[in-house]
Amino acid sequence: MNGFQYMDGVATVRLADAACIGCGMCEEVCPHGVFAVAERKARILDRNACMECGACAMNCPTKAISVTPGVGCAAAILNGWLTGSKPSCGCGG
Amino acid sequence: MIEEKNGACCAPTPGKTIPCCGGGSPPETILRYEDTFLDGQVGTPAGPVPRAHSRIGVRDLLGRWKVRWGIGRDRYRVAPGLYALGAPDGSAPVLVTANYKLTFDVLRRDAAGLDAWILALDTRGINVWCAAGEGTFGTEEVIRRVARTRLAEIVSHRRLILPQLGAPGVAAHEVRKGCGFSVVYGPVRSRDIRPFLHAGMKASPEMRRVVFPMLDRLVLTPIEITNLLRPAGWSAVALFLLAGIGPGIFSLEAAWQRGSAAVAALAGGILAGAVVTPVLLPWIPVRAFSVKGGLAGGVVAACAVMWRRGVLDASTALALLLAMAAVSSFVAMNFTGATPFTSPSGVEKEMRRALPVQAGLAVLAGLLWVGGAFFR
Repeated sequence: MNGFQYMDGVATVRLADAACIGCGMCEEVCPHGVFAVAERKARILDRNACMECGACAMNCPTKAISVTPGVGCAAAILNGWLTGSKPSCGCGG
Repeated sequence: MIEEKNGACCAPTPGKTIPCCGGGSPPETILRYEDTFLDGQVGTPAGPVPRAHSRIGVRDLLGRWKVRWGIGRDRYRVAPGLYALGAPDGSAPVLVTANYKLTFDVLRRDAAGLDAWILALDTRGINVWCAAGEGTFGTEEVIRRVARTRLAEIVSHRRLILPQLGAPGVAAHEVRKGCGFSVVYGPVRSRDIRPFLHAGMKASPEMRRVVFPMLDRLVLTPIEITNLLRPAGWSAVALFLLAGIGPGIFSLEAAWQRGSAAVAALAGGILAGAVVTPVLLPWIPVRAFSVKGGLAGGVVAACAVMWRRGVLDASTALALLLAMAAVSSFVAMNFTGATPFTSPSGVEKEMRRALPVQAGLAVLAGLLWVGGAFFR
């Protein structure tokens, strides 16, 4: 997304190459085109575009992908800090 | 609309036993004639299924406008379950969605002309994306809803089409194991559902990407303001009280005059952070939302100071400038929760840096402002 880049070098998404079977689910579910599959293997094209939604890891049948998913929401994180709980926000709309 | 007793859904429903839902969802009656988006029912091997139409009426528009401002948002739901759109048969596609009525309306509108089944999951009235993040638009709920609606008796195929943004909550391979239906991820936006189906359930790369155009950003700004009304109100009270402090210990006149100016600055900061920044988001050439907001707030404040330059003394002008930048920066940072591209790791990193600066600016502004009353 042009003009919509966020912080570089922070995304927690990791791909364990050995476990990947190249099924292509990660490429399909990622809304930011982080993954591309070629020759039966996925690879991370653009880690900085990742918003850590967790769709790829959730849908990876061999658990080759790991990411710390969560809500990218300041109010939620602040809430989490203040209450010592997992960040969550009543987002909707 | 659905009659709903908020928080009392666990009371026994006459004629039908429903397990306690805990989330305050409406009861699953078969037909609800009070729902204006329904216009009949279709017979299926598993019994009658309510039929939704694709028209968006005044009531739907009014409802949408209200929830955009946060009015009755938690109660804006359709009953979870299966709906028919058009005249679906056993081979018709099954479109899975959330039971937030705003979401449901958009889907039935965009799927106009299709003969399809709509399976509304119980997401407790939350949209697909947020519900997937919370897990209510999730693997278990898909499996449970497929079983409860006896979908396997109604359709001959074994395919569910899910919105792509539901993927953070749903493991496609687990759904298959759990209910025998395979998951096909459809496009991000429901307006692409017809081209997606016509292309044989193939999504183009554009259909798979999230975008965040001006209008999408703009419709999210009213709720940002609504959410700030309460803290802003308390802040305004505090500002009026602080404004009265001066050489004469407390002056009602000063409280009113200086207080009004400070509250105006607060309002300006909120508008800069909650409306100006979201609208101008991609064009403010920095990445951190706090900096985007700080810049927008600073520019708005500079304009305000220029406009009132004969009236304001230097310390008050500087205080307003700093305060508006700080408020706007904090408010803009909150908009990260409304965007589809900010990562939690990124937001946390940004907050660790921005919060001390925002607090520092606010304190400095307060000192300048209160101090200014003593040294004029």
